[in-house]
Amino acid sequence: MNSPRDVVISGIGLVSSLGEGPDAHWQKLTQPGAQPVLEATRFSPYTIHPLPEIDWNLQIAKRGDQRQMETWQRLGTYAAGMALDDAGIKGNDELCATMDMVVAAGGGERDEAVDADILAASESRNDRDVLLNEKLTTELRPTLFLAQLSNLLAGNISIVHKVTGSSRTFMGEEGAGVAAVETAAARIRSGQSTHILVGGAFQTEHSDMLLGYELAGYLHRGAWKPVWQRQGGEGGGVVTGSGGAFLVLEQRAHALSRGRKIYAELGAVVSGRARRRRDELDAEIALLLKQAALPNGELLAVSGASGAHAATAAEKSAFDANPAIATRAFSTLTGHMKEAQFPFAVALAALAVERKAAYPVFDAANERPFSGIPRTVLATAIGYHQFEGMALVSAAD
Amino acid sequence: MANLRDHMGRPIVAVTGIGVVTSLGVGKTDNWAALTSGKSGIHPITRFPVDHLNTRISGMVDFLPSSSKGASLLTYELAETAALEAVAESGLDAGDFGGPLFLASPPVELDWSERFSLYNSDKHDIGSERLLRVARGLKVTDIFETTQFGSIADRLADRFGTRGLPITLSTACASGATAIQLGVEAIRRGECDRALSIGADGSATAEALIRFSLLSALSTHNDLPEKASKPFSKDRDGFVLAEGSGALVLESLEAALARGATILGIMRGCGEKADDFHRTRSKPDGSPAIAAVRAALADAGLGEDEIDYVNAHGTSTPENDKMEHLSLSTVFGERIGSMPISSNKSMIGHTLSAAGAVEAAFSLMTMRESVIPPTINYDNPDPAIVLDVVPNQKRNAEVGTVLSNSFGFGGQNTCLVMAREPV
Repeated sequence: MNSPRDVVISGIGLVSSLGEGPDAHWQKLTQPGAQPVLEATRFSPYTIHPLPEIDWNLQIAKRGDQRQMETWQRLGTYAAGMALDDAGIKGNDELCATMDMVVAAGGGERDEAVDADILAASESRNDRDVLLNEKLTTELRPTLFLAQLSNLLAGNISIVHKVTGSSRTFMGEEGAGVAAVETAAARIRSGQSTHILVGGAFQTEHSDMLLGYELAGYLHRGAWKPVWQRQGGEGGGVVTGSGGAFLVLEQRAHALSRGRKIYAELGAVVSGRARRRRDELDAEIALLLKQAALPNGELLAVSGASGAHAATAAEKSAFDANPAIATRAFSTLTGHMKEAQFPFAVALAALAVERKAAYPVFDAANERPFSGIPRTVLATAIGYHQFEGMALVSAAD
Repeated sequence: MANLRDHMGRPIVAVTGIGVVTSLGVGKTDNWAALTSGKSGIHPITRFPVDHLNTRISGMVDFLPSSSKGASLLTYELAETAALEAVAESGLDAGDFGGPLFLASPPVELDWSERFSLYNSDKHDIGSERLLRVARGLKVTDIFETTQFGSIADRLADRFGTRGLPITLSTACASGATAIQLGVEAIRRGECDRALSIGADGSATAEALIRFSLLSALSTHNDLPEKASKPFSKDRDGFVLAEGSGALVLESLEAALARGATILGIMRGCGEKADDFHRTRSKPDGSPAIAAVRAALADAGLGEDEIDYVNAHGTSTPENDKMEHLSLSTVFGERIGSMPISSNKSMIGHTLSAAGAVEAAFSLMTMRESVIPPTINYDNPDPAIVLDVVPNQKRNAEVGTVLSNSFGFGGQNTCLVMAREPV
């Protein structure tokens, strides 16, 4: 059944409020009754899952490089470095120079103080366009622009980790993460590429990152609850978290020839765009489940459900209709990580396959136990607003 | 019977539709007439006040209904307009395109006009707290849509009936070329028979201008705007920020011939290589750009002596033009002095995320029309850059193959090789 051109996962880099690295995440997430790390006051009335303490030097050796980035790019560059380390590629010039890269990215952090200053001044000025020129030309840090550019996360990964085979950045919330993984897998299967770095990062501890959801009222307010229990609550249901997830995807033969540990095989990756205004989401989710060709029997599903009311309800009803599926919505414990959501789901699915054990329920009221060894795990990301994707991750042997 | 597979056994990818918008106008006819008569689209900025700005000129697209409505709406309209022209030319259904969409577009942010109006609609709290509170009370989501990175592609997917999850991408100034490359690759892998690749950029806001200005990237030749963009000249002093869009309908040659479509050109090869040197500067030895050009030639199955013309990245920055000359002379050797190499940016400025797509469209027209658009404003040649830049006047020439370069901030380099005829 195996083919040399199968796509396997040979490296994982993870950061979230739970900690960093695959081992730390496995330990935290397999503790029955694991509790989320929450920050409820800094951005009140919103709760977020904050970054853990990170020693950036571990993956970004030069202080000069660290200074050129804001937290979002640092976080992504850090998680990418972990994945490269994990795959035994970091520091290998030849492998890095031939490695392709697809990064799922939003934008970086604006200067909140400058923005607040301009907004405050706008209350007493009618010539706001002139005000803008006046303030921006004098107060913006020149290099901040580079820290905000979407493609500069990939740019920094090239500079810091020397990954230079190719560099592409996909944008578009969860869908960017789905497309990144899907395109990377297609490149390997077709023989275009032997090893690819793919992933993303999201840094929620910035008011603009919250505003990006709240302009449509997507954020949950009030007391924290698990993802599946936010319907009807105050606000829109999304609790965000800072984090990042990078994967090294590799052609099976390439990974074996290097003698590397393989976490799991990445099988079908499917994606879609339901026209949700036309109520197509239920049908789209059903279609994706069909296209993924789920194996018979009990199936563990690592769900990237965001908590957003409509999308989460649709995903839940699709799973409820399929009693063979046992879901684990990890955002209950990590928060929603936007562009990083799908790579994170795939990484957690691969970990369960490799460790031959399922995660315990994250929400006993809405998730049911799974007792067997998960040989195949489904990973999902149904976008909080648009775009959908799923992948099947299986034992590599 | 034409060969339907390339030198690597992959489906040959044809272009069956081309659309373009720049500061020179809407559509191929107007753009080509202006471009071949050496006309510049660079003009003084009128969209916003220029007080305090060092650069007061640009190649903005000021004549569309959305030109004053913010970056997101203008980028959408630019993309839609170019795509409509391309799909109409291809003869495919503009409401049911039936292939995937690849969109190169600028990163989006909440426009300042929206920030101001949200902020000043309330008096409580200050700064971001006020914005967030106002935001959660909004009853409509049109402002929200302008802040979602996937929304422009989502609208385009609705408009054109493209298939599947649309991909929005950014590789900075190489984005337009990457959008085409993604379409080519999807067809070669057999995932689809056709793809719609668009590069569009309507993000020339005051803040964008100031950001590039603070990096010393822009020309400050404000007095004679049409003379400001002067690639490969000794007195070049930066690029001119511009807007525009380019769209290509890509199809497998087999599918295009089967439905009797007119073949406008062939996408022969794509190559890329990332730079790990610096965030805004390229490696001094030009090795990433050299590798990208060579990768494109190898992908196309063509030797160095088989490229007739180079559509240069040619931004008119001191750095780019020097590095581009270095890399082209390394790849093409002695022949470089006699190869025509021109920069469309001398007339339209740098359309950023759109540039690779706009310039691919012009490259294809160069081959079809047997006319090479000039590099204008070439009055003081840089003695360190000895190139045949097709100075100031168009040139009639048979052009069978074109190399189009795109080199981005952040080190993303993408090159395309196009041909007039299938092999």
